[in-house]
Amino acid sequence: MTASAERQVTEDDRVRLAPGVMLRLDKVRNHWQLLGPERVLILDEVALDVVRAATGKPVTVREAIDDLARQFDAPRGDIASDVLDVLTDMIARGFLTR
Amino acid sequence: MTSCGTTTGVEPPLAVLAELTHRCPLRCVYCSNPLALDPASKEMDTATWCRVLDEAADLGVIQVHFSGGEPTARKDLEQLVEHATKAGLYVNLITSAVLLDRERLARLRDAGLQHVQIGFQDTMAGKAEVISGFPGGHPKKLDVAREVTDLGLALTVNAIVQRHNIDRVNDFIDLALELKAGRIEIANVQYYGWALKNRGALMPTREQLVRMDEAVRARLPELKGRLVVDYVVPDYYASRPKACMGGWGRKFLNVTPSGKVLPCHAAETIPGMAFDSVTERSLGDIWANSAAFQRYRGTDWMPKPCRSCDQKEVDWGGCRCQALALTGNADNPDPVCDLSEHHGVLAGIIETDGGTAETPFIYRSFSL
Ligand code: SF4
Ligand code: SF4
Repeated sequence: MTASAERQVTEDDRVRLAPGVMLRLDKVRNHWQLLGPERVLILDEVALDVVRAATGKPVTVREAIDDLARQFDAPRGDIASDVLDVLTDMIARGFLTR
Repeated sequence: MTSCGTTTGVEPPLAVLAELTHRCPLRCVYCSNPLALDPASKEMDTATWCRVLDEAADLGVIQVHFSGGEPTARKDLEQLVEHATKAGLYVNLITSAVLLDRERLARLRDAGLQHVQIGFQDTMAGKAEVISGFPGGHPKKLDVAREVTDLGLALTVNAIVQRHNIDRVNDFIDLALELKAGRIEIANVQYYGWALKNRGALMPTREQLVRMDEAVRARLPELKGRLVVDYVVPDYYASRPKACMGGWGRKFLNVTPSGKVLPCHAAETIPGMAFDSVTERSLGDIWANSAAFQRYRGTDWMPKPCRSCDQKEVDWGGCRCQALALTGNADNPDPVCDLSEHHGVLAGIIETDGGTAETPFIYRSFSL
């Protein structure tokens, strides 16, 4: 259990927002953020696209990466490892869960 | 953005602590609410709270914490949660849980509630109920905590730590895991309000704090990705103060049951402060211009040695209420700072109040 919680996200995983986490546009500060219990994570454009692709619909991380590669017209290999790192980090901080 | 202490450049607040009522069925010996509580007849009505929530959202507030007292003692809590959610606020509920049940939790969730924080006085029922003065409270809290996660809401276990339970910090962490909490807040008792009366019966020793710190740190790697751990080591034993509330009038505001707006929960203990009320001025006007917020905002108010210190925009001179409680003057640097001429008073308090003895508790009475 311990090892699985810490492990790097893989393309076979499915991730979703953790309980009590919501994606919100802050109109006063003009940025998107993930809100959780007593926490705020400000999302830049890339992080926002990753969160949307991976949690917006019930897809595997693999499918989310495919979507992003198409969306940015970028080589899949270039973005895959970044996406996995971003998702792993957001899980470690309690914003996402698998 | 600016440290000049004027109204220009005041950033929007992040969070509001909405103290809906001072009524509470518990009698926690560490309660930080003031000695003089607002009676039910002075509580603001639903419509006024709704206006305050709208003003908070317009001002840029992101999260609202419904608190008290016991916020679920308000029958209009569902309405307030729904209103806050519609205004775009993230809604937290800070509760003792003893008045809740599954039906009400489900209604609150449907109204938009995201997160429930339940205070635990111990991991053992008998000991917990001595601290809360509420027989039967502990098993009830456990039941409600399970309903919270079962309903898909986020749960925080708030472990309120003092001399009698601090050696069981590992049990608190296990309890949080067992209850499927996403977060644990390990909160050492802060000695304000009623808690100050019981400081001599609650304050732990330095050795206990060191042991707690080691125990928590040892578990952090294993908890990563499973349980968010927020914990604050009490600064009575530290050499530099904390940025209380992220700096006075910088991030937070606190609305009392009767509508007074405070820069922090304990600010009413400071003499000579005039607090504005949302019944007379808008929240935005109070945040930007109220004398209470201006008084210690930024760095202009600072005495020596803060004035010339490179930490002044890091800790903002520490906690004003602590400066008051321990040096007799809220204008002083927080005496936790070892650069403060009053730093020595801490040693005296640790000597007289820090300990493991079974000093009797003093309970307050306030009925629903
Ligand atoms: S600390 Fe205890 S007595 Fe005070 S408001 Fe909270 S639950 Fe009630
Ligand atoms: S002198 Fe003042 S600003 Fe400097 S560390 Fe101490 S409390 Fe903070």
